[in-house]
Amino acid sequence: MDHFPTNWGRPRNDAHDAFNTYPLHQRPAPHTDTFAEGVQRTQQPIVTGTSVLAIKYKDGIMMTADTLASYGSLARFKSIQRLHAVGESTVIGASGDMSDFQYLQGLLDGLVTDEFTAGDGDALGPAEVHEYLARVLYARRSKMNPLWNSLLVGGVKDGESFLAYVDLLGTTYTASTLATGYGAYIALPLLRQAVEGREATLGADEARRILTESMRVLFYRDARSLNKFQIATVTAAGVDISEPIVLDTAWGFAEGIRGYGGQTQ
Amino acid sequence: MPDGSFAHPQERQFNPYSENGGTILAIAGADFTVVAGDTRQSEGYSIQTRYAPKVFKLTDRAVLAVNGFAADGNMFVKKVKQRLEWYRHAHAKDMPLRAIARLIQTMLYAQRFFPYYVYNILGGIEEDGSGAVYSFDPVGSYEREACRAAGAAQALVQPFLDNQIYFKNQQPPAGSSHPVHLPLPDVLSIVIDSFTGATERHIEVGDGLEIFVILAKGRSTQGFDGRSGVQELSTTPEGDRVFVIRRELKKD
Repeated sequence: MDHFPTNWGRPRNDAHDAFNTYPLHQRPAPHTDTFAEGVQRTQQPIVTGTSVLAIKYKDGIMMTADTLASYGSLARFKSIQRLHAVGESTVIGASGDMSDFQYLQGLLDGLVTDEFTAGDGDALGPAEVHEYLARVLYARRSKMNPLWNSLLVGGVKDGESFLAYVDLLGTTYTASTLATGYGAYIALPLLRQAVEGREATLGADEARRILTESMRVLFYRDARSLNKFQIATVTAAGVDISEPIVLDTAWGFAEGIRGYGGQTQ
Repeated sequence: MPDGSFAHPQERQFNPYSENGGTILAIAGADFTVVAGDTRQSEGYSIQTRYAPKVFKLTDRAVLAVNGFAADGNMFVKKVKQRLEWYRHAHAKDMPLRAIARLIQTMLYAQRFFPYYVYNILGGIEEDGSGAVYSFDPVGSYEREACRAAGAAQALVQPFLDNQIYFKNQQPPAGSSHPVHLPLPDVLSIVIDSFTGATERHIEVGDGLEIFVILAKGRSTQGFDGRSGVQELSTTPEGDRVFVIRRELKKD
């Protein structure tokens, strides 16, 4: 279309087409994928991790998750790491689909690399990592193709500790104690009772004890859990993810339980 | 299968929505508007956090309360704030309230076939200096009103407001008539009573209360200057002013 009325009815000047209107270009056709029928979206999680717990304490934040990745009710992988350091001041913990989590790890590592290569002396803090994850997860749920995870993001930057949640719907919130999955029912009340109001005075040893005891309770009640877990600590000094800790457990009390199970009397 | 487990093909679809509880409320006065919301965020029977704000200052004369699906709500507020910033850069002034209301309806209706699952209440001061409340449904239908409650406890709070603000089912004393606008202290009392009442009777309401008060240009702070927990949010004491009053609600 020539938008200049003075040119209308005159021979077209093919040598000069100021607006590049000739020939009429093709509008982009709707993108069709030959294999669209075969593309599958995550409709349900397959290999899953259970609860992640996190609390704020005097020097920063502490987070814990066991090392189990289940395949339904099968304890499929017993030495999977579900805590992941992002940069120098952030740790994330994931429950839900482990392959989606590993995809997110890849995204975040790329992001940290990009930020590092910028060389401007700036680094991503926990708030930025959480915002990024929230945007990614919300965008994916809006495409009806969710990343099936509940994530906790924690860290310390510029003397401020940060702890927040984000899940497959893009729902976000912050609190001084957080838990995902089964832990939100079983462990969170224990954590709230132990931590709320004491965030500024709680020492590292006691914080570790609170999380360890919560993981013990979860192991006794959550059938998809393991008595092997890691604790991540983020302080102004940086991120530390512990070696796996194995809890001693005692099942002697089970003998005394009546009313269900294998006993005949 | 013989047990019939594959008898019907099962369709299971990912549900992109959730409901995060809480309640919001706004009341317009002659030269002020009050917009309030509780701060609990929940899903099912679980309290996710005791402090997740639902009421946001947009400009020095507009406050937006969002309730429903929290992820959609936060995204929607983010986008409205961005549009208002663009407006500010383009026109070197804040967008008027009634224009923000129309902007919100357009932005909501743009998502007509994948809606933001959010009930919005916009409160503030019109260009003529009057207090105004605009309420929206998730796909953008809106109207200007004197008061509106939305969210989990809407069914508890709105009838109370109908009675106390619109004087429904009340007879004025002989020889007098009901006031058109209530004074600020009365409105604040009604707001606080609404939320303590909703907290008592609705499990998804509680923890904290944030009451935003928007005052028309030149109006004194008379009506709440004795209160504790008041914080001014406006960028300049000239022009319309925004304050927030924070209070505790029961946490059980």
